[in-house]
Amino acid sequence: MPSSPMAPPRSFLWTRLVFLTLLAGFVLLPVYVMISSSLKPLADVTGKFRWIPSELTFQPYIDIWSTVPLARYFVNSLIVASAAAVCSVVIAVFSAYAVSRYDFRGKRVFTITVLSTQMFPGILFLLPLFLIYVNIGNATGIALFGSRGGLILTYLTFSLPFSIWMLIGYFDSVPRDLDEAALVDGCGPLGALFRVVVPAAIPGIVAVTVYAFMTAWGEVLFASVMTNDTTRTLAVGLQGYSTLYDVYWNQIMAASLVVSVPVVAGFLLLQRYLVAGLTAGAVK
Amino acid sequence: MTSTVELPVRKGESGDKAAHGPRRRVPGRIRRIGLPYLLLLPALILELLVHLVPMVIGIVMSFKELTQFYIRDWGAAPWAGLDNFRMSVDFDAPVGEALLHSFFVTVAFTLLSVGLCWLIGTAAAICMQDTFRGRGLLRALFLVPYALPVYAAVITWVFMFQHDNGLVNHVLHDQLGLTDKPSFWLIGDNSFIALLVVSVWKGWPFAFLIVMAGLQNIPRELYEAAALDGAGMWQQIRRITLPSLGAVNQVLILVLFLWTFNDFNTPYVLFGKSAPEAADLISVHIYQASFVTWNFGTGSAMSVLLLLFLLLVTGVYLAVTSRGRRASRA
Amino acid sequence: MRSIRAAAVGAVTMSLALAASACGGGSSTEGGSNDSPKTLTYWASNQGASIEIDKKVLQPELDKFKKQTGIEVKVEVVPWSDLLNRILTATTSGQGPDVLNIGNTWSASLQATGALLPWDAKNFEAIGGKDRFVDSALGSTGAEGKDPAAVPLYSMAYALYYNKKMFADAGIAQPPTTWAEFVEDGKKLSKGGKWALGVEGANPSENIHHAVVFAKQHGGDFFTADGKPDFTNDGAVAGVKEFVDLMAKDKVIAPGNAEYAQNQSVSDFAKGKTAMLLWQSASANLKSQGMSEDSFGIAPVPVQSGTPGTGTGVNSMVMGINLAVFKNSDNLDGAKKFVKFMTSDAEQKILNTAYSSIPPVKGAQADAAFNTPANGVLKNTLATSAVAAPQVADESQFETAVGTAIKGLFADAAAGRAVTTESVKAALEKAQAQMPAA
Repeated sequence: MPSSPMAPPRSFLWTRLVFLTLLAGFVLLPVYVMISSSLKPLADVTGKFRWIPSELTFQPYIDIWSTVPLARYFVNSLIVASAAAVCSVVIAVFSAYAVSRYDFRGKRVFTITVLSTQMFPGILFLLPLFLIYVNIGNATGIALFGSRGGLILTYLTFSLPFSIWMLIGYFDSVPRDLDEAALVDGCGPLGALFRVVVPAAIPGIVAVTVYAFMTAWGEVLFASVMTNDTTRTLAVGLQGYSTLYDVYWNQIMAASLVVSVPVVAGFLLLQRYLVAGLTAGAVK
Repeated sequence: MTSTVELPVRKGESGDKAAHGPRRRVPGRIRRIGLPYLLLLPALILELLVHLVPMVIGIVMSFKELTQFYIRDWGAAPWAGLDNFRMSVDFDAPVGEALLHSFFVTVAFTLLSVGLCWLIGTAAAICMQDTFRGRGLLRALFLVPYALPVYAAVITWVFMFQHDNGLVNHVLHDQLGLTDKPSFWLIGDNSFIALLVVSVWKGWPFAFLIVMAGLQNIPRELYEAAALDGAGMWQQIRRITLPSLGAVNQVLILVLFLWTFNDFNTPYVLFGKSAPEAADLISVHIYQASFVTWNFGTGSAMSVLLLLFLLLVTGVYLAVTSRGRRASRA
Repeated sequence: MRSIRAAAVGAVTMSLALAASACGGGSSTEGGSNDSPKTLTYWASNQGASIEIDKKVLQPELDKFKKQTGIEVKVEVVPWSDLLNRILTATTSGQGPDVLNIGNTWSASLQATGALLPWDAKNFEAIGGKDRFVDSALGSTGAEGKDPAAVPLYSMAYALYYNKKMFADAGIAQPPTTWAEFVEDGKKLSKGGKWALGVEGANPSENIHHAVVFAKQHGGDFFTADGKPDFTNDGAVAGVKEFVDLMAKDKVIAPGNAEYAQNQSVSDFAKGKTAMLLWQSASANLKSQGMSEDSFGIAPVPVQSGTPGTGTGVNSMVMGINLAVFKNSDNLDGAKKFVKFMTSDAEQKILNTAYSSIPPVKGAQADAAFNTPANGVLKNTLATSAVAAPQVADESQFETAVGTAIKGLFADAAAGRAVTTESVKAALEKAQAQMPAA
């Protein structure tokens, strides 16, 4: 700890070095396989594994765009995941604030109910949910099945329970003196939320946003039945590289890398918020 | 309030005013009582629509004989009473026996996976708490497994676990000579290990992310005070870091547990529609019992049993951990 | 704020009402209509090398159809991994395409849902009559005694593909015609890192296609005449055992094949790692993987003795794709017109050539394009020695249960565990116990 007056002991530094090196190896291994395989011709990829490719080719990076409509899938995923993440976090912030800062009847029931929704296996409410969407569509003309909107709605509720629970935890750790001070200063409850609590809980909010985004980004089952050709997301679309004829391993790897680069880059940008938390002396 | 100026407040202002204006007219008391409910409303409606109502329908389904003969018109499906449940818990008959087996596999898998994810994630977060060269890079790297689409990540592991051409056998057998002959990872008993490795690889960064964010909220003063008291690094971790993470950990572990237990994507991509017995997770098992064999009634009954089990576990878990946390705080 | 609350109460009530109506039944539009005569939606299965290639094959034909009838067909090529789930949700909710492709093994199962338009005499009349189609293909369109649930579109059959050079190197002059010869030749071919045969051991459906045929050759059936599962009769057990023994006892299949489920066996064959392949209509696939047409030969799948024929002489399942119409389509007449168009002689020639399948339509089958030696084998197999998939409503349960059992047996064989008549019987017994008690 930089502010700590004592330097970490040697034993800690060594343990850390060994542990982080091993961990990085574990994490990187499949990533290396992806990168090296994406640069090999298909015949090499389906042959005996070799650490160093015998021949490099960028052809897979060209082919990926014509084997499946990758660009469209990518845009769909980006829209769906971003919208679901933003909506989910905004709604979760309100709910978590209510639970964290207010005492009201039904609070326990609410939190437990919300949590219990995480327990029902997704496979089983897939069919009922689809039916509900179809019925809403028939009754109101709002097309929820097969549209991005339906998927956004579904995914945002997938991440909502956990987002609420996590944010309750983060909000609880923001000292109450802070928002009480804000209330005394004449802010309304929502003023206190947005001026004090939210800024103080930015790391938690960013973590939850990332989580909500990734939940939507990777989901396979619901996307496979709730989308059609034009709204299909990446998670499902990538399966298109494994066709009736062959599995285009090199293209799968290339496509996965291509679509992951923007996401990882986004993570990098968000990173500093993850650590820019409570600064010492926020309460004076 | 003055001290919070340095914090980013831009985001809040517009929303604040909009939400603020009209409410002024409402008498204070009603506002105080009504506000929390109003704040919960959006979440409540969505949860009702997407989770609770379908869940209720799912429970109704479990009492029906819902096979391919009836899926087109659910109303006409005959009531099955408790038949679906009886079939699921008859552990002497093949269906119940398979379900029980699948249940135990899932429990073992979940405990191991959650334990490892949490352990690795927390250790990594603590290791990376202070700055050192390359920390940012490493942190980004560690999030890569989490940022890859599930399908891409798991299919890469499938690729590596192949019997003839995979990296894992290449290293273990060809290069290190640890095994007499190449092992099978995607079929047979080893498939459990394969599943666990993939699950941990994919899951720990999430624990890392959440714990890392949790660590930011531990006031520095606590460490400084402990250091003045002569507490060493290890003691600081044990006495301050871990207890302060209590609230975050309570939720994190619970949620990791629930997800891992219900995880469908990983085993599905790893093994396809028919998982090997050693890695027959309950989610795929239920998927097979309902979607693949078109018997949604039995599948629902199994899910309802699962729901009851998870409710019980969660209830006990929350009761124990909440008491534990209260006791440690006192 | 009060109004917001009222709205909330309303929303909750509405969602509950929706739930209730969803419980009450999926499809609100009972029966079909002709409300939107100008458009059709069509779910095509993935038949070619990729979804994009399929679209390129289909689109010009759909344009032709639009020119002829003025009906616009919106096609979506649905990957195999999603197709059955998509059909199931469509069936449940009544929200699906007008016309769709189904695998012909699903015919009876989907027929049982009652969601597909039955092809009675009148409907067949609308597309030019039932006798335009080959009998064996019609045998896989639904349960016996019921009006077909679909119309045959593409036909395929299994054949033995062999690598001519590897055969010559091993001194084998002719492809084997019986399994005894097959094993004998196979032992000559399986050496030096090469193997005689490739299979998809971990793919339940693929296993089933072989198991049904092997069982038939031993005089066994997986279902009794009245459609009850009977997996443990001697014929079925002997059939399954003979199939798995190719790896377990005869060792002509590489143990690694036990985990194959993504058509790796095809690329192994294309790369010369294996000398033989039992596959359905593989020519186009093999060519796309860089194998020249004259480097591989094609022969009928071996039988126990004699020549392929009916009864115990069968050597392939009738494979293929059928075209079905959703009963609640809002353009029934258009849908029938589209089916007629797709099964017309001209379109059949174009489509089946593109997908290297055999037209199930007699008029198109007679065309010279389907008289090449390769197609001759497939055509002959379909005509004389192919057996239809069990046309029972529980077909998909059967595929899952027995296919998974065989996957387990291959895993045993690969791990060096003994595969005996008893272990095969036990595995099949367990599979049968998972079938719905009928």
